[in-house]
Amino acid sequence: MKLHEYQSKSIFAKYGIPIPKGRVATTATEARQIAEELGGRVVVKSQVLVGGRGKAGGIRLAKSPKEAEELATQILGMEIKGLPVRKVLIDEAANIEQEIYLGITNDRAARRPVIMASAAGGVEIEEVARTSPEKIIKVHIDPLLGLRDFQSRDIAAGIDLPRDNWKEFARISLGLWRAYSENDATLAEINPLVITKDKHLVAVDGKMLIDDNALFRHADLAEMRDLDEEAGAETEARKYGLSFIKLDGQIGCMVNGAGLAMTTMDIVKLFNGEPANFLDIGGGANADKVAAALRIILSDNNVKVILINIFGGITRCDEVAKGILVALEEVKPKIPMVVRLVGTNSEEGIQLLAKAKMITANTLADAAQKSVLAAQGS
Amino acid sequence: MSILVNKNTRLIVQGITGNEGLFHTQQMLAYGTTVVAGVTPGKGGEWVLNDKVPVFDSVRMAVQATEANATVIFVPARFAPDAMYEAADAGIPLIVCITEGIPVQDMMRVREYLDQKQVRLLGPNCPGLLTPGESKVGIIPGDIALPGNIGVVSRSGTLTYEVLYALKLVGLGATTCVGIGGDPINGTNFIDCLDMFEADPQTEKIVMIGEIGGTDEEKAAQFIASRLTKPVVSFIAGQTAPPGKRMGHAGAIIEGGSGTAADKIKALQDAGVQVAKHPEEIPSLLR
Repeated sequence: MKLHEYQSKSIFAKYGIPIPKGRVATTATEARQIAEELGGRVVVKSQVLVGGRGKAGGIRLAKSPKEAEELATQILGMEIKGLPVRKVLIDEAANIEQEIYLGITNDRAARRPVIMASAAGGVEIEEVARTSPEKIIKVHIDPLLGLRDFQSRDIAAGIDLPRDNWKEFARISLGLWRAYSENDATLAEINPLVITKDKHLVAVDGKMLIDDNALFRHADLAEMRDLDEEAGAETEARKYGLSFIKLDGQIGCMVNGAGLAMTTMDIVKLFNGEPANFLDIGGGANADKVAAALRIILSDNNVKVILINIFGGITRCDEVAKGILVALEEVKPKIPMVVRLVGTNSEEGIQLLAKAKMITANTLADAAQKSVLAAQGS
Repeated sequence: MSILVNKNTRLIVQGITGNEGLFHTQQMLAYGTTVVAGVTPGKGGEWVLNDKVPVFDSVRMAVQATEANATVIFVPARFAPDAMYEAADAGIPLIVCITEGIPVQDMMRVREYLDQKQVRLLGPNCPGLLTPGESKVGIIPGDIALPGNIGVVSRSGTLTYEVLYALKLVGLGATTCVGIGGDPINGTNFIDCLDMFEADPQTEKIVMIGEIGGTDEEKAAQFIASRLTKPVVSFIAGQTAPPGKRMGHAGAIIEGGSGTAADKIKALQDAGVQVAKHPEEIPSLLR
C-alpha cells in the first residue's frame, strides 16, 4: 500500500525526523489560509500516488499567499499520469544548501533491509543508480539487530556529510529505521533530505510503502488507504481476498494461484488472444469468493468470454463449482464460459457444472484455444 | 532415491486442528506419509482423525515423544513466524511452511534465525514437496504424479501441479517435486534444489519452473552453466504480465532493474536450458 507524501512525513515526524511546517488543503481558499498562517514562501505540492510530480508541474513555489491560492487552483485542476489531484500539501519552503537522498528498503537477494544514501539527492534515485551508481552508499541491516549508530556514521562519512551534522544524521537515520520497521514498510524514503542554509537537516519530501500482508497489525495505517487512488474493481477484489489486475483484452480469466494465473494469461496470448485481467482466487477459495470473482470479471464490458482454470490442491474443485453456480444464479452472464477443473475433487466439480451450459476443456492449451475461438466468434 | 523427504520422514503438523491442517493431514496419511504428531497450543492430549494422530501443546513435547524429524506448518500468517521459531528451537532440521501472507520483515528475521540454527526451511507460501510413492509433505495432490526419474523444482503452487500432471499424462514421473514458494524472502531456493538433484543418483533430468520478479532464475542459470551435468528444462510464468505492479524505485535499484521473463529466459537459454513456451510443452522437451 502506498502512502501519500503528507502521510509519510507525519509518520516520520512521530519518530523525531524534522519536517517542514505545513498542512493539507483540498481547496484553493484553504491553501491561501495555510500559506498566510505559515508566512513567507511556501511550496504547493500535489498529493497523488505517482512519481514525477515535479516534472508534471505538480510541485510549485509560491512567494505569497495570493500566489499559493493561484497555484493551488491550477494544481487542484490537474491530472498527473491519469490521476486527478484532489489534495495539495502547503509546506514552508526550505532554504536549501544541499540535497541528500536517504532510504530504506528490502534487499530481496540479500534477504535483509538495506539503507541507502547519496549526496546526489533531489533527483530520481534510479536515475542516479543508472548514471553514477558509485554515488550511492548501501549498508545492510541485520534484521535481528536493527540499524546501529556506527552504520549511520559510516554512511555519513561515505556521502561526505559535514561532521557537524553527523549526530543529527544518525538521529534521523535511526528514526527512519524505526518508522520502517515498526510500520512494516517495504520502503521508507526521504528525498530530498535537505541541508539548510543554517546547517540543519530537514526531510522535505517523504515516501512510504507498507506491506499489505502486515496491515492486520496496523489498523491506523490501513485507514490511511486512499480509495480514490485505485480502480474500484481492485478495491472490491481486495475485500474478498482476491488478487486482481485489470488489463485491456476480451478474455476474462479466473484462476487459482498466481503462477498459474500468469501462465493462463501467457498461453491465451500465445494463441493470439488478449487477457482482460489477472485474477488469482487464492488458496482454499470458497463459493463466496468465486462468486465475487465472477462479478468483478463481468463488471468489465470488454469481456467477451470467461476462462476458468482451476487446478485443485488446497482449493477444492467442487467448492469452486458451487461458487460458479451461485454466481450464475445471481449475475446470469450472457457470454460463453470455458471451464477446466483438474485436481482435488475435480470429478465432483465437473458433475456439479454439468447442468450449466459451459464449454469444458481438458488441457490448458485446449482451454486457451477454445476461449480465443469463442472470443472471435462473438 | 529422492531429496529432502522419503520413507524415513517422521512428520509433525503444526496447526493440525485447523480446517486446512486437518484436511491435509488426512490426505498425507492416505498417501502413506508417516505423520507422527500434531501441535496445537491448548489442545495437547487430544487425538485426531480416528485417534490416529496425537496432539501436543508444543513442538518440543511432540519431538520428545515421537522423534519427529520434519514439520509442516498450516497456522495463520500472524502466528506462522512463531511456529517457525518454535520448530527451529525444538531442533527440527526441516521446516515446511505452507502459510501464505506472512509479512516480509517477519520473514527476514525468521530466515536469519533459522540460518543461525542451521535449519532448512521450505517456503513459506509454498505447496510443500512430494516424493511420489513414498512421502508427501504439504498440499500437492498425490494422485497427479508418478514415481520416476525427473526432479521438479518450482516457485509456484498450482503451476507445479499443472507440470506434474502433464508429465503423468505421457507416463513420466518425478523423483521428488519441490515447491519453494513465491514469496520474496523464502528458505530453500532453486540452487539448493538443483544441487541436491545433481547429487541424487536416481534423478536423470530436471524441470525448473520460475516466474517474474527477483533474480533467482538468473542465478540458477549461472549455477546450471557452471555446475550441472544433468539436462534442465524450464518454464517461466508471467511473460505477458504488466510491468509496474511491483515495488517502488528503491526496490528496482536493488534488483538491478531485472526480474522480467525475457531476461530470465535468455539467461536460461544461454546456460543451455531448453525453455518451454507453455507448461504442456515440457514433456516433449524431456524426451
